[in-house]
Amino acid sequence: MTDKNGFFDLSKTGLTRRTALKGLAAGAGLAVAPGFVRYSQAQSSAPIKIGFQSHRTGIGAAYGRWYERTTAAAVKAINEAGGINGRPVEVIIEDDGTDPGRGAEVVGKFATQHKTDIVFGTLFSHVVIGSAPAAGEAKMPYFVVSEGHHVASTKLNRYVFQPGITDVKSQIQAMAPWIAANAGKKVTQIFPDFAFGYDHRDYLPPALKAQGAEVIAQIAIPPTESSFTKYFPQIPAETEVIYHVMVGPAVLTFVKELGEFYGSNRPQLFGFIDSLEATDINSPGLEFLDGSHFWEGSPRYAQPSDSAAQKAYRAAVGIDDNGAAVGDPKDVSTAAHMFGCWETLYVVKKAMEDAGYKGPEDRAKLVEATEALTEFAEGPEHPQGPKTFNGKIHQCFGIQNISKVEGGRLNVVHKTKIEDGLYEPEGDYTSQAL
Amino acid sequence: MHFGPHLLLAALEGLVTSAVLALTALGLSLVFGVMRVVNVAHGEFFMLGAVLAWAISTAISGHPALGFLTALVLAPLIVGLIALVAERLVLRRLNYNPEATIVATIGMLYIIQQLALTFYGPEARPVEPPFSHRILLPWFGYSGYKLSIIAASALLLLATWFVLTRTKIGLVMRATQYDSETAQAFGIPVDRVYAGVFALGAMLAAVAAVLIVPISQAHYLMGQDPLLLSFIVVIIGGLGSLRGTVVAAVLIGLSDGIISVFFSPTLAKIIATMLVAMVLVFRPHGLFGTASR
Repeated sequence: MTDKNGFFDLSKTGLTRRTALKGLAAGAGLAVAPGFVRYSQAQSSAPIKIGFQSHRTGIGAAYGRWYERTTAAAVKAINEAGGINGRPVEVIIEDDGTDPGRGAEVVGKFATQHKTDIVFGTLFSHVVIGSAPAAGEAKMPYFVVSEGHHVASTKLNRYVFQPGITDVKSQIQAMAPWIAANAGKKVTQIFPDFAFGYDHRDYLPPALKAQGAEVIAQIAIPPTESSFTKYFPQIPAETEVIYHVMVGPAVLTFVKELGEFYGSNRPQLFGFIDSLEATDINSPGLEFLDGSHFWEGSPRYAQPSDSAAQKAYRAAVGIDDNGAAVGDPKDVSTAAHMFGCWETLYVVKKAMEDAGYKGPEDRAKLVEATEALTEFAEGPEHPQGPKTFNGKIHQCFGIQNISKVEGGRLNVVHKTKIEDGLYEPEGDYTSQAL
Repeated sequence: MHFGPHLLLAALEGLVTSAVLALTALGLSLVFGVMRVVNVAHGEFFMLGAVLAWAISTAISGHPALGFLTALVLAPLIVGLIALVAERLVLRRLNYNPEATIVATIGMLYIIQQLALTFYGPEARPVEPPFSHRILLPWFGYSGYKLSIIAASALLLLATWFVLTRTKIGLVMRATQYDSETAQAFGIPVDRVYAGVFALGAMLAAVAAVLIVPISQAHYLMGQDPLLLSFIVVIIGGLGSLRGTVVAAVLIGLSDGIISVFFSPTLAKIIATMLVAMVLVFRPHGLFGTASR
């Protein structure tokens, strides 16, 4: 078997006995490495892998930090209660930099490298919109906690769900009657100049019009802006209510400069708590907010009416009565949004159990099982309140809180009903192929 | 709002921008003028100044002014020291080669930014202003602290001008800028002048950042905008010209303020960039720059 060129002569190719032994040893090492045997043996004992697309850096970093804490608390609770279908849940976190391009890459990484069962946890709407096509292409169920209307608009794809937090269109529709009746009829809107802000821009005017009020000016501000005073002269003098919703690292500056501009002689203020999420409302310069109103998904401050489930949820996540991290009063949470991570994970659990989910080959079954859900009862799994779910538009509907700044805290003064936020579906995801 | 007060607000906003911009751009211009080094990491020295201001002012309890004033002195010194080390370890070893230093400072930009992200974190953190007096005008309120930024910046610019034109250190710097080889032949330690100028440039950026941080918060990505605007200012004013830098900073700051108040901030950026293009076409050395020898 030895030809002239020595192609078959082992001694010439450099494969010595020593390297052969090394190769054998490496192979054996791989086989006993953690995880290897488990996966090859039985699918049923392997953990369910949830890819968490987190805004760890970039303009969404404060949300990312609290979304991670809430997710960790929920996963701990789920695992302690026996996991999903008897399998433990494992969360794999990838930072998307709050960037849509990076977001799509992260979804791809989860699909091909980590081979997660689902992707979960995205907040910023431009990242969701940027990542959704990648999720659809990889046929990867993508559970977002975003608040934007993009999922319910049915303009994304069948693999994208938002079962744990309501969308902006529904929130606005539910609150418009209260704004028109209690705050004022002539409204000026200030919103961030990207997808999430456009939901506010597009859905507030018709919702207010239906209540006999009107939007008299709309001011768009880039989410990366760091100075705001220059925008305030655009607010018309006859404005009765300033409706503000801002995001990004400079939200505190935004509210402070609004205070400097108006002082106590201000129009009524109605804000989305996004304008102050992760920021202490008692920061110096924010005194002028006293008496103003905010939307909150879930109240930041503990309320007298809190259910046992709400109290247990707050304790599990680790926030005190003021909505700050236990032990660090300066580390204020994103309480109005982060409950969505907790609730979404329990929806995933329910859907996986309904589908008898075993592994990535059952992703289509998981999609169908999620679409079949109709309501979530208030309780330890859904501490924010009861919700209904529309499987055709992949969106849940729930209650909204309107809170007033009084004595340095936010007190809930009005809760909407689920019906207040219902609207006609704009399409049907279930007609798309899986 | 009526036209008069509207314009007043626009001018005030523009002047605050100008004040900070003038200091930052002056640092960039000085480094280029003397060393012929395009410092792409300049914005990160700005960011470091703000981040250190946060660290120092939170470490010091008591009246916010105490922490702020300590930061105003200490933060630029620390940033200057970091710049000095960077100059010794990186730029000098590249013999201040123009192409190599651009690449090296891009590397420094990423290293400083990622270190800030690692140790300071991704959050935007506020620094309390030394005083929060609100000036009440008949039409709108305005932050008294913002006005004090303009005054502080003017003082610092005057001090820099004095050092450059009236002291021996300034003379040595100008000689090095004019002709470094001849300066060396006359016994000027060009090497040490370079190190000092690089540190001074970074310190000017850091001072500007400490001044602005009580109104805009410290964040690890905050160095990008000032870098871009500084380049615009330096190109329009003429690289290496102190007077040109200040004039261009006021021009860009005011036009930015006025255009963004009356029209939109995006239009202000478009016009500034157009202006750069026009200057590059019709006066490649900038408004006050001199042709290189």
